[in-house]
Amino acid sequence: MRRTIGDIAAFVTSKNAGPFLLTLDIVFPDKATYERFKALKVLDRVTVAGLYGVMAEDVLKIIEFDPAHAVKITMRRAWGSGAVGEGDVYGAQQHVPLMEHAVPWEDA
Amino acid sequence: MNAARMTGRRMTILAPEGMLGYGIPPRSMAEGMKRSPDALGVDAGSTDPGPHYLGAGVPFTNRRAFRRDLAMILEAAKDRRIPVLIGSAGGGGGTPHLEWTLDVYREICRERGYHFRTAVIGAEVDKGWLTRQIARGRTSPLDLDTPLSAAEVDRSTRIVAQMGFEPFMRALDMDAEVIIAGRAYDPACIGAVPLRAGFDPGLVIHMGKILECGGAAAYPRHGSDSLLGFIEEDAFVVEPPNPDKVCTVASVAAHTLYEKADPYLLHLPGGAIDLTRTTFEQLTPRQVRVSGTRFVKAPRYTLKLEGVRRVGYRTLTIAGVRDPILISQLDAYLENIRQRVADTYPDGYRLVFHVYGRDGVMGRLEHVKEIRSHEIGLVIEVVADDPDTSAAVLALARSAGLHVTYPGRKAIAGNLAFPFSPSDLKAGEVYEFNIHHLVVVDDALELFPIEIVQT
Repeated sequence: MRRTIGDIAAFVTSKNAGPFLLTLDIVFPDKATYERFKALKVLDRVTVAGLYGVMAEDVLKIIEFDPAHAVKITMRRAWGSGAVGEGDVYGAQQHVPLMEHAVPWEDA
Repeated sequence: MNAARMTGRRMTILAPEGMLGYGIPPRSMAEGMKRSPDALGVDAGSTDPGPHYLGAGVPFTNRRAFRRDLAMILEAAKDRRIPVLIGSAGGGGGTPHLEWTLDVYREICRERGYHFRTAVIGAEVDKGWLTRQIARGRTSPLDLDTPLSAAEVDRSTRIVAQMGFEPFMRALDMDAEVIIAGRAYDPACIGAVPLRAGFDPGLVIHMGKILECGGAAAYPRHGSDSLLGFIEEDAFVVEPPNPDKVCTVASVAAHTLYEKADPYLLHLPGGAIDLTRTTFEQLTPRQVRVSGTRFVKAPRYTLKLEGVRRVGYRTLTIAGVRDPILISQLDAYLENIRQRVADTYPDGYRLVFHVYGRDGVMGRLEHVKEIRSHEIGLVIEVVADDPDTSAAVLALARSAGLHVTYPGRKAIAGNLAFPFSPSDLKAGEVYEFNIHHLVVVDDALELFPIEIVQT
């Protein structure tokens, strides 16, 4: 069966990392869940780019951060923060495609 | 075990809140002060609220709220005779932001009879100086591919550089009791006192990274709040003074991710901190001990530059659409408005429709393409070179939006529901970030003049 990242993680958030980058954090509730997710190897740059309809090279980094049981994804922003036409100055509501992404996950 | 560890050398810093003016809980401040901090450090700025504030030279915090918080901090500092360090004063950290902060500060001091030896540190960058650095090949792009050009510098409304710890330390050498600094690396206001006292820079900077956001690294994470940091020779400990909150390994480690592109390597003026060997331990149920973070000195000392340019004046209107016949053909309707406006004003402006209920939040990143809502929120925005053109174009877009027809129209009296009268709102000057670059300097102090004033 499949579960969404939002179902598995404790937090899924987005935020600016400076005016030109967007960073997405997936924080897992415990080490076991985090390790299990990591072992799936389901998040790569192409997958994330597909979720957001951007080029893979715009997904700059996917970093596993063990101390926080977290996976961080940093992307180029489609617009600079506050550019005319953009809709999210703080970048705080760009997490949903990642949160709703379903991955293979059997309930224990 | 080294000598300092045996003597138990320790220093305590209180961050009353993560953003000066967002509201210090009085109980947290009182509990924090009971721990006899050696300094109070508070960050007052960010680029997060967008480019307008740096460009227009205005704060993003409310004056009354800012005054309340600053008065609370000064009162605590006066009683204990401990230094107060404020970074990125007034939000943007430019000269008008410093002046605004000083105005509030002087008002408090005058009313309460406070006398502090005060250091004011400027952070605005001279365009001529920066243009010379471009010619010398001393600038480089950050998070962008575009190199900095003299033309872009010339086009900028205001440019600031983020100062490091050194200008704060220099002001402390000058016996400043209160330091009001322009744009600064966020942890500098937290870390300058312990760094000057000789504590390990990797640990000091990491502690500064956590404390500069105040209580954000404690759970439950809600509201503006305070955080205590205790620096020792080989570790630091963080603890929320608010007895209803706790620092956990998860809360502190997760905070290390916050707003950072890469949590293992965090760059700062003159170097970086490396977190690959950092450990987080739960020391008590409310305290987390952090160790292992290392400072890596950069071969060349660089400063981050932030600049904005004015791109016009904004006028906007907010309206709702409830009619399902119209919602079913929304794109054609919006294009019709655009055409009607272009018939009268062919160019010289940008007309933007923010369609809430469809892709108002995510724009081109939105993957849900169909409208699932029974109503739509429409923000119509015009940005033009002058305020009058902006208002005129928006007025036409608004009236066209209200009255244009479309196939199958039943509601012939009007297409839009306006929640407000007047419907057209002038949003003032519009800026965009145009400088986000690094510049190499020979001296960490050279861009940051320090002036001592007495209150």
